[in-house]
Amino acid sequence: MVQMIALWVILPLLSIAVALPVFRLVRGPSLPDRVVALDVMGTVAIAIFAAYALINDQPAFLDAALVVGLIGFIGTIAFAYYAERRL
Amino acid sequence: MISLFQDIVSSVLLIIGTFLLLLAGIGIVRLPDIFLRMSAASKASSLGAGCILLAVAVSAADIAITVRAVAGVLFLFLTAPVAAHMIGRAAYMIGVPRWKGTVIDELKGRYDTRRHTLRGVDGAAQRPQRGAGPLGDVRDAGR
Repeated sequence: MVQMIALWVILPLLSIAVALPVFRLVRGPSLPDRVVALDVMGTVAIAIFAAYALINDQPAFLDAALVVGLIGFIGTIAFAYYAERRL
Repeated sequence: MISLFQDIVSSVLLIIGTFLLLLAGIGIVRLPDIFLRMSAASKASSLGAGCILLAVAVSAADIAITVRAVAGVLFLFLTAPVAAHMIGRAAYMIGVPRWKGTVIDELKGRYDTRRHTLRGVDGAAQRPQRGAGPLGDVRDAGR
């Protein structure tokens, strides 16, 4: 049951949730707006990886989710340093 | 095979997490200010992804998958506040405009963004003290 729910309910809603911040990424008035939008997209990507691991019974996707989260964290920190020291 | 109990708990956690992630996406689009958007981004999205990872951990039949999912939850809850703090601090330093409904800015005029030093509050700055420089007595000497 949980795999059917994840396939037919969770993944479409998560695809909407990962498409919404693209608006802010394109339109955002300042650099930190875009960085926050990218951060949210990375977090939703972790959730999509986890749901995919649940659907296909492939635990290797969980490792990919961890790596994506690490890259998103380091990217956000780097962008924060860049935006602050640029003045 | 997973039991019915695991199935129900995992489904409920999946639905809660997806709802929170949708809220985070809507908040990113709709909220008026970088700081308000950041609150939606850090809290709702980390809790939503944590719920989905916990759903994976509950429904897993193998202990290795559970450990990996719980490690992912811990990593997410450790890194999301740090990232939000860093980007919010950078946004304040470079002077991103705030929403017009924001009424309190307690740091306004008290922080030297060039030298990263904190000016004291008004009462403390007038108190005579030995060694107080032109910026006042409360000073972040380590920076």
